[in-house]
Amino acid sequence: MTAHAIGTRPAENRGGSRPSGPSGLGPGGRGGGPAASGPEVSAAVIGMAAALTAVTMLFVAFTTAYLARRQEPGWGTVAMPPVLWLTTALLLASSGTLEWARRRIAAGDIRGLRRGLTATAWLGGAFLVGQIAAWRSLAAQGAYISSNPHSGFFYLLTGAHGVHLLGGLAALGIIVWKAHAGRYGVASHAGIGVFALYWHFMDLLWLYLFALLFWA
Amino acid sequence: MDSGSTMPRDERAAGRWMGVLILFILAAGVASFIVAAHIWWLQPLASKQGAAADELFNAILAATAIAFIAVHLFVAIALIRYAAYGRRPAAHWHEHLGAELTWTLVPAAGLVILAILAEIVWARVYSPPPANAQVVEVTGRQFLWYVRYPSPDGKLARTDPKFISAGNPLGLDPGDPDSKTNVVVTNELHVVNNRPVRVEIRSLDVIHSFFLPNFRVKQDAVPGRSIMIWFTPDRAGAYQIACAQLCGVGHYTMRGNMVVETDQAAFDAWLAKQGQH
Amino acid sequence: MDALAVHEGAPGHEAHAESFVRHYIFSLDHKMIGKQYYLTTLFMAMVGGALAMLMRAHLGWPQNGTLDPGQYLAAVTMHGTVMIFFFLTSILTGAFGNFLIPLMIGARDMAFPFLNMLSYWTLVPGVLVLLSSFFVPGGPAGNGWTSYAPLSTVAKFSPSGGAGQTLWAISIMFVLFSSLFGSLNFLTTIINMRARGLSLGRIPLTLWGIFITAILAVLSFPVLTAAVIMMILDRTAGTSFFIPPNLLVAGKVLANKNGDALLWQHLFWFFGHPEVYILILTPMGIVSDVISTFSRKPIFGYKAMVLSISAIGFLSFLVWGHHMFVSGMSPLLGAAFIGSTIAIAVPSAIKTFNWCTTLWQGRIHFTSAMLFAIAFVSLFVTGGLSGIFLATAPVDIYLHDTYFVIAHFHFVMAAAALFSIFAGTYFWFPKMFGRMLNERLGKIHFVFTFLGIYATFFPMHFLGFMGNSRRLYDTSTYPFLSHAGPIDVFISLSAFMLGAAQFVFIYNFFNSMLRGPVAGPNPWHANSLEWAAPSPPPHGNWGPSLPVVYRWPYDYSVPGAAQDYSPQWQAEPVAAAGGEQ
Repeated sequence: MTAHAIGTRPAENRGGSRPSGPSGLGPGGRGGGPAASGPEVSAAVIGMAAALTAVTMLFVAFTTAYLARRQEPGWGTVAMPPVLWLTTALLLASSGTLEWARRRIAAGDIRGLRRGLTATAWLGGAFLVGQIAAWRSLAAQGAYISSNPHSGFFYLLTGAHGVHLLGGLAALGIIVWKAHAGRYGVASHAGIGVFALYWHFMDLLWLYLFALLFWA
Repeated sequence: MDSGSTMPRDERAAGRWMGVLILFILAAGVASFIVAAHIWWLQPLASKQGAAADELFNAILAATAIAFIAVHLFVAIALIRYAAYGRRPAAHWHEHLGAELTWTLVPAAGLVILAILAEIVWARVYSPPPANAQVVEVTGRQFLWYVRYPSPDGKLARTDPKFISAGNPLGLDPGDPDSKTNVVVTNELHVVNNRPVRVEIRSLDVIHSFFLPNFRVKQDAVPGRSIMIWFTPDRAGAYQIACAQLCGVGHYTMRGNMVVETDQAAFDAWLAKQGQH
Repeated sequence: MDALAVHEGAPGHEAHAESFVRHYIFSLDHKMIGKQYYLTTLFMAMVGGALAMLMRAHLGWPQNGTLDPGQYLAAVTMHGTVMIFFFLTSILTGAFGNFLIPLMIGARDMAFPFLNMLSYWTLVPGVLVLLSSFFVPGGPAGNGWTSYAPLSTVAKFSPSGGAGQTLWAISIMFVLFSSLFGSLNFLTTIINMRARGLSLGRIPLTLWGIFITAILAVLSFPVLTAAVIMMILDRTAGTSFFIPPNLLVAGKVLANKNGDALLWQHLFWFFGHPEVYILILTPMGIVSDVISTFSRKPIFGYKAMVLSISAIGFLSFLVWGHHMFVSGMSPLLGAAFIGSTIAIAVPSAIKTFNWCTTLWQGRIHFTSAMLFAIAFVSLFVTGGLSGIFLATAPVDIYLHDTYFVIAHFHFVMAAAALFSIFAGTYFWFPKMFGRMLNERLGKIHFVFTFLGIYATFFPMHFLGFMGNSRRLYDTSTYPFLSHAGPIDVFISLSAFMLGAAQFVFIYNFFNSMLRGPVAGPNPWHANSLEWAAPSPPPHGNWGPSLPVVYRWPYDYSVPGAAQDYSPQWQAEPVAAAGGEQ
């Protein structure tokens, strides 16, 4: 008996709204019936939505701690490292290239997909490098994580976001590999869409944190 | 186990045993409360505002006792009466709007009343203290209670952590003239019978909790804050202060003494005998 | 058990034998993962239980010095941490959820089997990290499972405040991630993979409990994750999220700290309160199903049950402040939490009435599973009623952080939730292992556990009435507690009996797994879908085609039917009056 026949393909491959195969969906197995679950949404999308809800709650918790603390005396401040403008632009651009890649594969353009994904990976990597540069510029000014509450939250929030982005980059690495191996086509690219949910979310999250840290 | 109607089984003995077990729990529960009420019960009440909380306690006790007894009786009867036997089938009904609405709305109404009463008493606990209240400051520290009595003018001196030293554990500011007439003692809280007392609660290190069982007073001592509570003792005598928040390995040793002096003169005499801080 | 499985829709697939590692260690099969969770959490329950026995050995006779104060507090802390995180949280959804969900909905496995395997293998490092903390200098964490700051964020405040506390925080992160991964799976699978004909209105209440639990976990676990990350930073990176200014540490004032001690409590309890409802909702579902099956009667008020579970889930996010009534939080906030906390009693009461009414005019069979389920009602009522005292904030002032609180949460968690786990085990063991547990041993286990639980925890209410604070190494410092001694001895002796009774269960469990009588697919004549599969189900659960569902799972004793149960998967017509939805 083997376990690999069941669902070792990551959820992204099940794509679309009519997954089939031994996952239990497909002919005779869908939760149909008069009062069954409504429009068909893929498992991967539901799972990603739940995961993004969890990530949201993590940053909701950090935000409430941030806002509560900020009202008390002794907040201190840390100057915004200018490189963050650049990293923000890089991340926004990476969302753009990802979107472009997704539309290209929807039209069947596999090369376009590969180019777009690769560009996204480079831009995402550059974002992280830039974030580290921002950390180092702060440290050079003597602003460490323990210096004052504002600097503490800066490192905490950018660090937490960066860790999540790194996870996204790792997933993107797998996707790029799969794209080069020809695993995506016009009818089987749902995984790209699910990944895009995550990546765009990270982008929006960064915009939010950037604003919270320096303009809210 | 075959529960089809083709093979009846007799579960009546088991039903009786389980029913009796539930009744035993019911009886033991009630009996233990009756016994406990004479030996292991609330500490004797010694404060005015504590009476309201105790009344609420008794009301809740009565209501929950009725609920505890009723549910256990019902379950025991059901188990004994409806144990499987012969060919008698179970019923199939499984909804009843009237019953469901009743047992939703009636407890809800009772709980609403309880909530209103709770809010009223809560508001009283946290109402502003009377103007003639005695002022005292209690500061928790691993593992003792510093008690600071104000100067004759009723003022507590400023404190600043930079002045903390072995001889000045609370860091009273020597620049403040009241610092010379504040009296600081360890683990001895004295108040005056029938006079409201207002306590400023602080902590030097971790979170402690200032607990006066007989007065129905409890307030966490949080470092970085000064939290005010007040109460009026109405029974002279000697009591204890307990720490009610885990504060380290010495948490269980953090006991203080409290004395409700019979009158202001007795208190003044006692205070005069304490040295300066 | 089929060694070969034919999988629907997988062209050209042939079965092969799995290596031992693939089959037993890194399995992707939800049933194996469920069993892995069960055994691991059972082990942790024994660790937690042993710690409790140590605590009671000390508390009954404190003058013997069985433990010193540091060891005692470490035992208290680790007992709570192990039992809540590594036993209850992990067994309910990790073991029962994983094993049952695909079977109850007619799927072959969970939506994300790889993530499922990951969730178990994220728990294991958490176990190892926590157990390792017993061996570091200073010993394991000793600041309570609630680890209030700044006691827990400044190492010098306690001898265990070194590596032990940091390891505690790290192990908690593992558990939180493990549970989060699991919750993603449970939600997606229940939403997306139900068999044809199985609408949400036809799923067993066990699944409703797990479903709402998973939602609560997704929303609340990240908040504790955030708090624990900040705690780790406070302890290791010099930050001061939870460290107020000017603390006196070893005679010196701690510089450059600008945090707030209460912030930890708010974040912790925002997680902590939904957490305890996470620990009771699945039990409520399990008990509903067991009571219904062995009363041969539909659960009373299915719709009300679903609404109540959902209401409790929703309200659980609005009540966390009742753990903080005397914390120094604003009394206005306290007033708000009085209202929300009292409100949550209503759906709990509804459920209790529904269980009782299900028994009435039933045809009751007293299997071991049923005994534990019935006892759950008693224990939940006792624990729930004591909660009303604590919700009434002016009364809570006196009772807060006393043994009354310990009694309350042990009745609802250690007793009620534990009993639902036993009920579920006795009920689903045949499905899990293909054999029956011994019923006589089950009844012996039940009687001594039920009596032992009441005898151990009921007297704690009285200690609470006396004002006996929690986490006290010794009450001899307080003359007002001097007459508590006999109660402590009674509780300790009862606890020893309670602990000893569990060995009957352990023996029964493992002996029956290997040598119990072989079980058929549906030994209890139950209705829900998992009983359609063989015992135990093969890889892929269902054979060539998936089941189709024709009704809800509570059609017991339908008037006019040939037998007293109408399984969800049987198409034969049932008497017109009996069909549901």
